[in-house]
Amino acid sequence: MTELKYAGLDTLALHAGAQPDPATGARATPIYQTASFVFPDSDYAASLFNLERSGHVYSRLSNPTNAVLEERIAALEGGVGAIATASGQAALLLAITTLMGAGAHIVAASSLYGGSHNLLTYTLPRFGIETTFVDTRDPQAFAAAIRDNTRLVFAETIGNPGLDVLDIPAVAAVAHAAQLPLLVDSTFTTPYLLQPLELGADLVMHSATKFLSGHGIVIGGLLVDGGRFDWDAAGKFPTLTEPYDGFHQLVFTEEFGPAAFINRARKEGLRDFGACMSPTTAFHILQGIETLGMRMQRHVENTREIAGFLQQQDTVAAVSYPELEGHPDRALAATLLPRGCGAVLSFELQGGRQAAIALVDALSLFSHLANVGDAKSLVIHPASTTHHRMDAAALKAAGIADGTIRLSVGLEQVSDLLADLKQGLRAAEKAAPGVAR
Amino acid sequence: MKLQVAGQDTYCYTNGRAIDPDADSLVFVHGAGMDHTVWTPFARHFARHGRNVVAVDLPGHGRSGGAPLGSIEALSDWLVGLLDALAITRAAIVGHSLGSIVALDTAARYPRRVRAIALVGTTAPMPVSQAILDAAAADAPAAFHMLTEFGFSRRHLYGGNSNPGIWMVGASLRLLQRAAPGVLHADMNACNDYDSGLQRAAQVTCPVLVVAGDGDRLTPLRGAQPLLEALPSPLVKVLRGSGHTLMAEAPNELLAALRELL
Repeated sequence: MTELKYAGLDTLALHAGAQPDPATGARATPIYQTASFVFPDSDYAASLFNLERSGHVYSRLSNPTNAVLEERIAALEGGVGAIATASGQAALLLAITTLMGAGAHIVAASSLYGGSHNLLTYTLPRFGIETTFVDTRDPQAFAAAIRDNTRLVFAETIGNPGLDVLDIPAVAAVAHAAQLPLLVDSTFTTPYLLQPLELGADLVMHSATKFLSGHGIVIGGLLVDGGRFDWDAAGKFPTLTEPYDGFHQLVFTEEFGPAAFINRARKEGLRDFGACMSPTTAFHILQGIETLGMRMQRHVENTREIAGFLQQQDTVAAVSYPELEGHPDRALAATLLPRGCGAVLSFELQGGRQAAIALVDALSLFSHLANVGDAKSLVIHPASTTHHRMDAAALKAAGIADGTIRLSVGLEQVSDLLADLKQGLRAAEKAAPGVAR
Repeated sequence: MKLQVAGQDTYCYTNGRAIDPDADSLVFVHGAGMDHTVWTPFARHFARHGRNVVAVDLPGHGRSGGAPLGSIEALSDWLVGLLDALAITRAAIVGHSLGSIVALDTAARYPRRVRAIALVGTTAPMPVSQAILDAAAADAPAAFHMLTEFGFSRRHLYGGNSNPGIWMVGASLRLLQRAAPGVLHADMNACNDYDSGLQRAAQVTCPVLVVAGDGDRLTPLRGAQPLLEALPSPLVKVLRGSGHTLMAEAPNELLAALRELL
């Protein structure tokens, strides 16, 4: 929970970062749909560019609507600041490029979102940044993979789609022993279920497209700085601790103290790579966050019902949800995720790929698409879609079989979802008959 | 800039510039448990306008070595030692909270070294609640939490600052948490024990600016009344909606007030 006791998460989700609009008194955060902002005089303009005053210059760098969202997620995560980006992928790239350049190395969990896996495996090596993937469940594997040139440890709170729970305190301890920051992708859990910074992580990122916005209507990312990592003591991060030619020899740790990382990310990465969020997108995500707590409760309740149902089906070989008996991370989940393990679960059909595809095609309430975290329930067959670029060994390492189905459980009446799954399972049985445990 | 003051490694932010002996000098002094970073945007502004800027890390704070000094008078003496080390004969001093009474004390006791003072979030005396003193003595997290929560106006506890993307409540908390063990307690004691503030205020001869937030819950405006009455013709600026952490809560308004004095 947040360190400050005056405000619960539900209150921060409604109020953090927002004040009634000073110009109009509007209670809702207005959409400041403008590219740029007028300077009252030349000295004022110079002072904004020279980081003497607070304010906005150009919406690629900052925007009042985005700023409310950034403050809100920083408050919910217990950080010092945040940046809204064009997508979750943009948030990940912004974190990486703020910390390192060619010649650096990342240690990452093997069970990552397919897009993150692509970035680290295929794209970043072209720019001289290598990644070693390790077993998410083995903190010592993270330790063993760290090299002299490692600059970041990266994992997801709940791995996708194997649903392995990251032991954040243990992996953070490994990272910190090597004077490295831990970046955690908390998309699946949101701050309502888990606050990685409180458990030892240093940076948090989200695909805000998912549960934070909650309605599947925007693409957006968020990157949060915890403000605890001692970049100076680590001695490995010249972008933060040495003079920056791109800003009059500014040293970020010297000028911004605990907020060094997030300021460098804005003053360089957002400025130069330009993957900013639209103010209208920020507005939609803010609307979503207002009901985050209520939605996540319902998401979890529905997911628990569906997981229990699937466990009882003869045509289902296995159900993966960290709260279930037999899940390898059940005890860890009970400790780190007492409010629930989110709304994504996977299960494997006895009938393999043929049955899985038949089920996906037969479902009607569950929409077949590549996303999670919508208010509406979603389904996908990872081996043929989100993770199709992975070879057999990588699929196995990520816990994906030919018959694996991933569900993102929405907010519908759960009895209707169960009815849809029943008829889908009947279709799967017809497609691959006689395969039952 | 790194230098030696009273035999200790000392850091002060100068916007990367050497001290120009012909230029006007401004010294910025942070509050309890804080460091120079609370003042860097303000220092950047006056540096661009040709002033020498010196945002200090008091002993034991931020990047400065040594142990925290236990009294306001000792801090004033140290500040004059810093001016000596920088070969600055006369400076304006801007202080926040603990730094404000250091500025006041320095102006009264070293009038030839101080050309003006700006007291931001101030009272004199500056009593500290026993609950905060006790928590600070134990280096308990509650001390940081109490100071952070009461350090902002009720309105600003939920943020909404003009610095894009910065959650100022969290940033302020994190800065306090970075303080070395014992530092906050030494600072709180120094504030609480300083009982000559009104007497010193009457001795001040230089121009004085007092900047207060009308939502300040640590050094409330009504608590500053005796000081305002003791000071000779202070310029008083009350910033609406702001609490004690004026540099974060009302940075542009505070800069405007400082520009008026300086």
